[in-house]
Amino acid sequence: MSGYRCPVCEYVFDEREGDPREGFPAGTAWADVPDDWCCPDCGVREKIDFEPMEVSR
Amino acid sequence: MTAAANERAADTAADTGVTWRDGKRYAWLLGLVVPCAPFIALGLVELTGSPVFWWAGPMIIFVLIPLIDVIVGTDQENPPDDLIEWLENDRYYRWVTYLYLPIQYLGLVFACWLWTSHSMSTVDKIGLAVTMGVVAGIGINTAHELGHKKESLERWLSKIALAQAAYGHFFIEHNRGHHVRVATPEDPASARFGETFWGFLPRSVIGSLKSGWHLEKQRLARSGTSPWTLRNDVLNAWAMTIVLFGALAAVFGWQVLPLLAIQAVFGFALLEVVNYLEHYGLLRQKTASGRYERAAPRHSWNSNNVCTNVFLYHLQRHSDHHANPTRRYQALRHFEQAPQLPAGYASMIVMAYFPPVWRAVMDKRLLAHYDGDATLANLNPRNKDKLLVKYGPSGERGRHAAVA
Repeated sequence: MSGYRCPVCEYVFDEREGDPREGFPAGTAWADVPDDWCCPDCGVREKIDFEPMEVSR
Repeated sequence: MTAAANERAADTAADTGVTWRDGKRYAWLLGLVVPCAPFIALGLVELTGSPVFWWAGPMIIFVLIPLIDVIVGTDQENPPDDLIEWLENDRYYRWVTYLYLPIQYLGLVFACWLWTSHSMSTVDKIGLAVTMGVVAGIGINTAHELGHKKESLERWLSKIALAQAAYGHFFIEHNRGHHVRVATPEDPASARFGETFWGFLPRSVIGSLKSGWHLEKQRLARSGTSPWTLRNDVLNAWAMTIVLFGALAAVFGWQVLPLLAIQAVFGFALLEVVNYLEHYGLLRQKTASGRYERAAPRHSWNSNNVCTNVFLYHLQRHSDHHANPTRRYQALRHFEQAPQLPAGYASMIVMAYFPPVWRAVMDKRLLAHYDGDATLANLNPRNKDKLLVKYGPSGERGRHAAVA
């Protein structure tokens, strides 16, 4: 499981936690997030622009 | 207060080695003059005996602020990059925006009381309603600042601020619609070259409403939920307006409903005229992959007029806002490469109401921004052909004419 960070506002999508408000329950794989889904905090960048990152336990 | 500011400056110097003082720190409190408008109106009417001051709201934004803009002029100062985080974390600035709300709603109750118990002519009443519309409209600007933040308290306050203007869907549509599609033909809230404000107004109002609903429907559908739930942020924001207007009608009688309707319509129309001028004619080009290029400083009209900037929480530093939407107002920066309006937003609003004046002032500036090539602008499909004949690459007033 890994995390993906919005390059603009530092919002992080952590696969372990998902984002239930956005309709992605905990454990949602990044691959299952649609490509045109945009950052829920800043709206500037879309999924394909997100940067993979290490998420610590 | 000054001692506290000095202490902050000293803290800053110790942390980062940079000393800087925010010249606008206490000026931001002036934004709270706007929600005081109904109180100011009554005070001036009583003091002078002239009922013309029921129109205090429009007088402040259409006359007083543009005048002060001319007198005070512009300010291009940016906070040093090293201090942006520190400046954003200074909680004083957010309290200035929170304070708008209690004054806003105290004023609305006060206006309902005046409307039903004060002896006023019909013209006076319309003046008071328009004054309240100014509070509602500038309240959308406060809601805008709050709604972009990551903290849930601020997002809540944003929806509450929008309730007066009955524009709760803005909270969703602006952040997830307008910011994604800004300066493209797909965005209802980006004005096109050749489009008048009066043509833009219904397109943006209806388009934003549809877009806000669609975005929430899509979000809820991902969890398999119907849009008909109070978890729908468009519905729960509208519900706040229904509760607010219902409570005011229950206390003051149904007679306040025309006041509430006029002020709400004037309020959101004021937001829409600001939408109109923020991106007029500007267009993001498509990249080789077929996506629009990322929103850049060149895709928003900016202004550094101090007075309007203080009253609108740096909204006129609009390019930085689009580049960093979650950045707090006090930390927004002026960009040299952003197109600049010839006057502050308050003055430009008045021009936008008169399309021939607007086009005489703005079309040449837009064309100069695109080196005279109108094909690069966000053209209004209705008069696209006419504009291209006039301003296209081979048009009669094309590249060379505009540059000259």
